[in-house]
Amino acid sequence: MTAWDDVVAYSCLLAGAALCLTAGLGLVRFPDVLSRMHAGTKPQVLGVLLVMVGAAIRLDGWANAWMLLLVAAFQLLTAPVSAQMISRVAYRRRHVRRDLLLVDEFGGAGHQDVRHHGDEPGDAPPEQPGPGQPSS
Amino acid sequence: MTVEPAATRLRHQVPLIVWLVLVWMLLWGTWSWANLLSGLLVALAVLTLLPLPHVVGGARVRPVPLLAFLGHFVVDLFVSGAQVAWQTVRPRPVTRSAIVRVQLRADSDLLLTMVAEALSLVPGSLVLDLDREEKLITLHLLQVRDLAAVAEEKASVLRTEDRLVRAFGSPADVARLSAAPAAERLP
Repeated sequence: MTAWDDVVAYSCLLAGAALCLTAGLGLVRFPDVLSRMHAGTKPQVLGVLLVMVGAAIRLDGWANAWMLLLVAAFQLLTAPVSAQMISRVAYRRRHVRRDLLLVDEFGGAGHQDVRHHGDEPGDAPPEQPGPGQPSS
Repeated sequence: MTVEPAATRLRHQVPLIVWLVLVWMLLWGTWSWANLLSGLLVALAVLTLLPLPHVVGGARVRPVPLLAFLGHFVVDLFVSGAQVAWQTVRPRPVTRSAIVRVQLRADSDLLLTMVAEALSLVPGSLVLDLDREEKLITLHLLQVRDLAAVAEEKASVLRTEDRLVRAFGSPADVARLSAAPAAERLP
């Protein structure tokens, strides 16, 4: 274990931690669910990968490195899937800031709920009243 | 679901068994015959108890296009991570995003899955929906400046698909790439 190894490992760990922090910041600062999912996938996945690389350098032995490789692989495979599921539901439930959209080529019948459930944002009123709407 | 001959079914499950055994070995972290045999037993048990439909198509790998894809993918991963990270810390908030649909050309479950996974991790785009029948992918783009930027993003989506199909696709899929009109491929 030379000094250079340590320098590389520590910079990977620090950069990875910083990226995970920005992912958290993005969740707070971005305007709607779809934008937040960007923060939840990209900087977060890259952050975890960098932490894994740093840890693999610091930890001795291949057994640990293999485990970290598995963590990285599953992170790459699963993060996009969960982000897609959440954004799809958010779009269907109208949790989209329409005023921020430059174009929406997905708009139209069949992709959004028409029934009111009571938790829609004010700028996206549904067409049909539902059980969640006050009956006044 | 059609009933297949046992031999065909077994042949389709082989990649899955190899993958499960590999995961098992990596989890143990050391190589030994005991690990290999127990992994094989666990893999067979998993496949018997939780049978999956087999994946059709896209079983070939071309080394040189694969390297090209992986190179672009790693660069994209770093660029997109840095880009989104900067957008979270800069003072100016995100003000303009877009939802676009892109017509893909690959026609296999596995290829479309890989395209969607790769697109989620490259700059700017997040998969919202994938229409398997029409091969239409819907993406959310974070921070676009104007319509020209939207067109540029769409072209880069097609370039990503291009690289993936060239690395993993069947000859028919690759032929479909070049058959697509040029106007669709370039902004």
